[in-house]
Amino acid sequence: MKNRIKVLRAERNYTQEDLADIVGVSRQTINAIEKEKFDPSLPLAFRISKLFKLSIEDIFYFEDVS
Amino acid sequence: MRKERRINLYRLAAWTWSWVATLAIATFGPKYIWDDHTVLTTLAVLVNFSNGVLMIIANRNLFNNFDELERKIHLESLAMTLGLAVVAGLSYSLLDTTNLISSDAEISNLILFIGVTYLIFVTINARRYK
Repeated sequence: MKNRIKVLRAERNYTQEDLADIVGVSRQTINAIEKEKFDPSLPLAFRISKLFKLSIEDIFYFEDVS
Repeated sequence: MRKERRINLYRLAAWTWSWVATLAIATFGPKYIWDDHTVLTTLAVLVNFSNGVLMIIANRNLFNNFDELERKIHLESLAMTLGLAVVAGLSYSLLDTTNLISSDAEISNLILFIGVTYLIFVTINARRYK
């Protein structure tokens, strides 16, 4: 699953540490999500979408493989 | 979250040291301190067991404080450690019962194996998600 967290974070001048503190996870978790090595749970995705005031689909998406 | 993590870590460290200390007392006490006194030995074993239970509770509290990625890392490591402990432990026991090794199969070797295996898998899994 792909995501736009790095871009959205940069637009708001958040560091990985800031974002991690706000949504209640470790910095390593944010880093792993940004690098697309780890897919967040639904509650975490909701917390991130609420913070950025966007829908989950606007942040997380599947890359079209067809 | 960080403060809570630190508290949980300190608690786990304290109970682990306490458990190790009471284990040493229960192991060497009967021979070197109280001369095989049955009541004192039973008491030492009970105190050690209680400390072990409290150490497990402290470990569970730390685990519950992990975020979802940390939980995944530790869960994967635990799965590998459990599997390897069962397979390697039974093979080790077989080596002993079939007399393929000269010494007896000691539980302490298995515990050492579990500890090292868990540490290795936590390191590997943490690197995978770096």
